[in-house]
Amino acid sequence: MTDTVLFYVFALLVLGGGVLTITRKSAVHSAIYLIISLIGVGGLYLLQQAEFLFAVQIILYVGGVMLLFLFVIMLVNLEQAATERQFNKQWWIALACVLAVGAELAYVLYRGAAAFQFARPSETPPAPGMGNTEILAQVLFSEYLLPFEVASVLLLVAVVGSVIMAKKRI
Amino acid sequence: MHPVTTAHYLWLSAALLLIGTIGVLTRRNIVIILMSIELILNAVTINLIAFSKYLGQAHGQVFAIFVITVAVAEAAVGLGILIALFRNKETILADEVDLLKW
Repeated sequence: MTDTVLFYVFALLVLGGGVLTITRKSAVHSAIYLIISLIGVGGLYLLQQAEFLFAVQIILYVGGVMLLFLFVIMLVNLEQAATERQFNKQWWIALACVLAVGAELAYVLYRGAAAFQFARPSETPPAPGMGNTEILAQVLFSEYLLPFEVASVLLLVAVVGSVIMAKKRI
Repeated sequence: MHPVTTAHYLWLSAALLLIGTIGVLTRRNIVIILMSIELILNAVTINLIAFSKYLGQAHGQVFAIFVITVAVAEAAVGLGILIALFRNKETILADEVDLLKW
């Protein structure tokens, strides 16, 4: 019962924040609504017993990525951009395409819900006596060790790349 | 009230994905396009977590960590490109960047 109410509250945060993010004129307002949307996504992780990812979501997205966005918004001059047209000329084609994709997704989900028995979440508990972080660490550092290392190389590339991109003279 | 099922999460994730796609395709401001990409990646992550819970395995959550890693790398490089673009062209509107158009 509480779960259901919380799900709808977080869903409202996620979707409302998302819609306001893409419709606001000012980029700062968009960023703030995006923070609300991301916090809602974090709440959904918590509802699904993914506590570690909830912490990652708050620290990394709300604390890190959004701070980066706000810094960039302050670095680039947005006053002139905010007074101009906000949507491009092909917006109606884009909207038609998105509607088509949405219809496909809705059809697949509507049919799939019956065909694949999506309706009932599994009741099997994970290994007893282990927290979410422990289980995650076990899988990440045994089965997914190589992808984990590759991800660290990706982050190194991103750090070097973003520093070079933002440099005045290369 | 009905209990929340995996299908609820899938519907929510599909809706968030569509909102993000509309943002990417229609907005002119590149900062907001990057924010919409974050929305899309979050929609994917909701899906992964929902299936991770449904199957009772942690693999979906591990994959979600990788998705978040890629999202952060993408945001950092994208904003770096945006700063370089603003320094050279004095604009952050996507349809005014048309050097390769003829």
